[in-house]
Amino acid sequence: MKIVVCVKRVPDTTTQVKVGPDGTSLDAAGVTFANNPYDEYAVEEALKIKEKTGPGEVIVISVGPAEAAQILRNFLAMGADRAILLKETAPGRDNFGVASALAGEIKGLAPDIVLCGKQAVDDDGAQVGAIVARLLGMPVVNTVTKIELAAGKAVAHREIEGGHEVVEVSLPAAFTAQKGLNEPRFPSLKGIMAAKKKPFEEKPAPAAEPRLTVIKMEPPAKRPAGRILGKGVEAIPALVKALHDEAKVI
Amino acid sequence: MTIKFAGFDMYGLEALYTDEERMIRDTVRAFVDERVLPVIEKHNREATFPAQLVKPLGELGVFGATISGYECAGLNNVAYGLILQELERGDSGVRSFASVQSSLVMYPIHAFGSEAQKSKWLPRLAKGDAIGCFGLTEPDFGSNPGGMTTRAVKKAGRWVLNGTKRWITSGTIADVAVVWAKVEDGTVRGFLVEKGTRGYTAPEIKNKFSLRASVTSDLIFEDCEIPEENLLPKTEGLKNALMCLNQARYGIAWGAVGSMMACYDCALNYSKTRIQFDRPIGGFQLVQAKLAQMVTEIVKGQLLCLQLGRLKDQGKSNHVQVSIAKRNNVSWALEIARSARDILGASGIVDEYPIMRHMANLESVFTYEGTHDIHTLIIGEAVTGLPAYKG
Ligand SMILES: Cc1cc2nc3c(=O)[nH]c(=O)nc-3n(C[C@H](O)[C@H](O)[C@H](O)COP(=O)(O)OP(=O)(O)OC[C@H]3O[C@@H](n4cnc5c(N)ncnc54)[C@H](O)[C@@H]3O)c2cc1C
Repeated sequence: MKIVVCVKRVPDTTTQVKVGPDGTSLDAAGVTFANNPYDEYAVEEALKIKEKTGPGEVIVISVGPAEAAQILRNFLAMGADRAILLKETAPGRDNFGVASALAGEIKGLAPDIVLCGKQAVDDDGAQVGAIVARLLGMPVVNTVTKIELAAGKAVAHREIEGGHEVVEVSLPAAFTAQKGLNEPRFPSLKGIMAAKKKPFEEKPAPAAEPRLTVIKMEPPAKRPAGRILGKGVEAIPALVKALHDEAKVI
Repeated sequence: MTIKFAGFDMYGLEALYTDEERMIRDTVRAFVDERVLPVIEKHNREATFPAQLVKPLGELGVFGATISGYECAGLNNVAYGLILQELERGDSGVRSFASVQSSLVMYPIHAFGSEAQKSKWLPRLAKGDAIGCFGLTEPDFGSNPGGMTTRAVKKAGRWVLNGTKRWITSGTIADVAVVWAKVEDGTVRGFLVEKGTRGYTAPEIKNKFSLRASVTSDLIFEDCEIPEENLLPKTEGLKNALMCLNQARYGIAWGAVGSMMACYDCALNYSKTRIQFDRPIGGFQLVQAKLAQMVTEIVKGQLLCLQLGRLKDQGKSNHVQVSIAKRNNVSWALEIARSARDILGASGIVDEYPIMRHMANLESVFTYEGTHDIHTLIIGEAVTGLPAYKG
């Protein structure tokens, strides 16, 4: 089974991000970057499938700056077999541009399964997985929490509002990973040492016509300062009134 | 894999590590944040060892990480040091477990053991399928282990052990003990004693105020018979035991840095949010003086370890350098823990914060693996040529 996993380098979820001076992108200064957490579920699932189905290959692929090589190396350390970095020449590529670069490369790999995270936690675009699948002519199942394989087919489970949905697709197919799909493993220390010996391909991402332009990026409005309504039991009526009349939460 | 501890690099040291060394540190850092810190206060409070961490740490490749082959990771000494730094940022007890397993059990089996001993034990110890302990100290011989009274006598093709070891980390839970005993001519040699051997018991020492998340035990040998092949064949004196200690002390110097980082990080965050006299206490000069001292000592401690690790990887380190690093880093870790506790005021004494746990743990770390003062004497002898251990 050949499995391709699309991964992205994003600001670490614990890092404080700021809007850059251009007002349309994040300021990278002082930001630490990490694996997109949903991609970790996707890679883990790919490794699990490979372990279960016998000989195969897990390829991780990313569109990003040269620094994204580190993210790919993290996934190689986790157990992926090889990595491809499609290097961006300029920042600001839109989701379609990312997806078409990925799909262009993945087509030649002819995988049985394509896995993505359900979204990247930086821009929350949640588009790339579906567009890649469309460009490759594959069915796509979003936000899966379980994948079971049978001959030429896959059954995927999804959490939906108030319930659970089970769908069947024929392979090749694409899936986007939701939290709960699995428990991503830590890379072993041996795996980290082995990662640098694994095949790593770097090439420029093909140019893409922007279809979508970010015109403005703003931090959320500053929250107004808190207010102390009183102390102890006596303050409860005032608190209830404020929650009901002002905050309108009760 | 999520790292919660932001870390800090006041001195551009990140650039001195290789990519792999950083990845290894960050992996163990995330492991500590996700698996150790959420459970450690409970284990410390209840004085229980977090045994559930042994297998995952083994899968990660932490144990015997510098050994090549036998399913070990084959890392360099700097990477190994960074692993211990992160583990002790979690808890000195967890780090002690890893130090004993790696430096005091796997190292001697690898360095002084037969091929059969190595292939029997090293893969199991590496994976966390077996636990080891190291018995050198005795009730009457601590700083002066050469005086030990534990004896091994050869009888009809077997070794018969008699004696008591005390303060032995992981003793009660160990599947195999590396035990140091004098043979008939008075030479100290190392032996492997397996759990369940007749005449061998390992009762736990209870009611510790320090290293509560680590097991500490007596090892009692009463006409304990072991097969002849359980002698570590390449041990030929106390110096072999001291070689093990040198490995462990190196790791402890790194571990102490982790403890410093945990206490500093906690005190720094607290000082920014605790308001007294209408401002964060971090804005007062006296508090800043404490934080400035802490961060300076952490950088110095890291540099001591890093250079020692590089020397060790080149085969150029010596035991005096190890004493310098262990002595300095552990004693500063203890000072930093006390100073951090001070910054937290009364809050510093409860286990909602990790500081008092580190402080109490470090009292053991200050004493074991050569007390602070014994290291002073080692350095003193090196600079004067005059040994001052005896009267
Ligand atoms: C939690 C814990 C875990 C341990 N784990 C292990 C283990 O796994 N295996 C093991 O073998 N041991 C272990 N030890 C034992 C440890 O190594 C000893 O405690 C240590 O060597 C000191 O010995 P002692 O406690 O007998 O103190 P002593 O040697 O009696 O020392 C008491 C005091 O006298 C001072 N002193 C002694 N001699 C001199 C001198 N010549 N000049 C000046 N001052 C001197 C010391 O510095 C110290 O301040 C552990 C100890 C602890 C606390």
